[in-house]
Amino acid sequence: MLNTFTVSKDRTCKNNLHMDKIDRTIINTLQEGFPICSSPYKKVAEGLRISEQELLDRLKVLLESGILSRFGPMYHAEHMGGALTLAAVKAPEQNYDNIADMINSFPEVAHNYAREHALNMWFVLATETPEQIQPIIQTIENKTGLKVYNMPKIQEYFVGLKLEA
Amino acid sequence: MDHIDRQIITATQAGLPLTPEPYQSLAEQIDISEIELMQRLKCMQETGVIRRIGAIPNHYKLGYQHNGMTVWDIDDQYIDTLGTQIGSLDFVSHCYHRPRHLPEWRYNLFAMIHAKTTESAAQQIEQIAALLGEHCRAHEVLYSTRILKKTGLRIKENNVSS
Repeated sequence: MLNTFTVSKDRTCKNNLHMDKIDRTIINTLQEGFPICSSPYKKVAEGLRISEQELLDRLKVLLESGILSRFGPMYHAEHMGGALTLAAVKAPEQNYDNIADMINSFPEVAHNYAREHALNMWFVLATETPEQIQPIIQTIENKTGLKVYNMPKIQEYFVGLKLEA
Repeated sequence: MDHIDRQIITATQAGLPLTPEPYQSLAEQIDISEIELMQRLKCMQETGVIRRIGAIPNHYKLGYQHNGMTVWDIDDQYIDTLGTQIGSLDFVSHCYHRPRHLPEWRYNLFAMIHAKTTESAAQQIEQIAALLGEHCRAHEVLYSTRILKKTGLRIKENNVSS
């Protein structure tokens, strides 16, 4: 069993951001969902007892500062006829950032995370059709010279979670 | 899904407009009525094309510094039962059965956990291990150290196949 809880030397985001109670409530509320009606921000703002303009201003700051990475509809790739897969490579340390740039340059790469393991770069590919996954993997292998470990899901048990701010 | 749905997806994949009437703004952009745009969004939500409309926080910036991909080598015959149980734990955000790549990669159950402290991460992992019991042969936890990219789904409007 390998369970090392090493504290990484390279945390990108320190937890030193200024969020007040209202920001936290906005983040928690908007993770639950967002109404589809003519003035949805107004509706949410009323529930939070702030003005529509304040909600819009705060949302803008939360997005610009990266506290929120996205705000909008979350699409389900497979339900759109598309495909998703999780893949990993063993990127040599001395060339790590170059490999990351190469992989990130593909618009089909939706997320990419550095992880502490021999397989040290893990990315999600999202394509419009299942047939497009394999050629992209092939192209990434050719471009990086690395073997891509493709791990498409066999079964999904759960996708969700609300992170309390 | 038709080409108008595709246009809606393309117009919203970077996010919703931060304007008082975001659906009206989108509708104008696509040249349909606000009513039609809202109906289509509701329809996509009902059919599961849209999982939900909302905010996605950056884990790290909310103080969740310990984001671990826990991976487990589970006897194939129990994986669906156990995967469902692990997926229902309140600290697990994603839980999947994925293929092994033997001999280098033996793990077939993936569960993402999020914690603010090492202690709480350790407790979460123990809880999963306890649930899996003897059906788990080995496990590892891969912590993320950096987000290299996080854009979400992107499709190109003209590259339509369905």
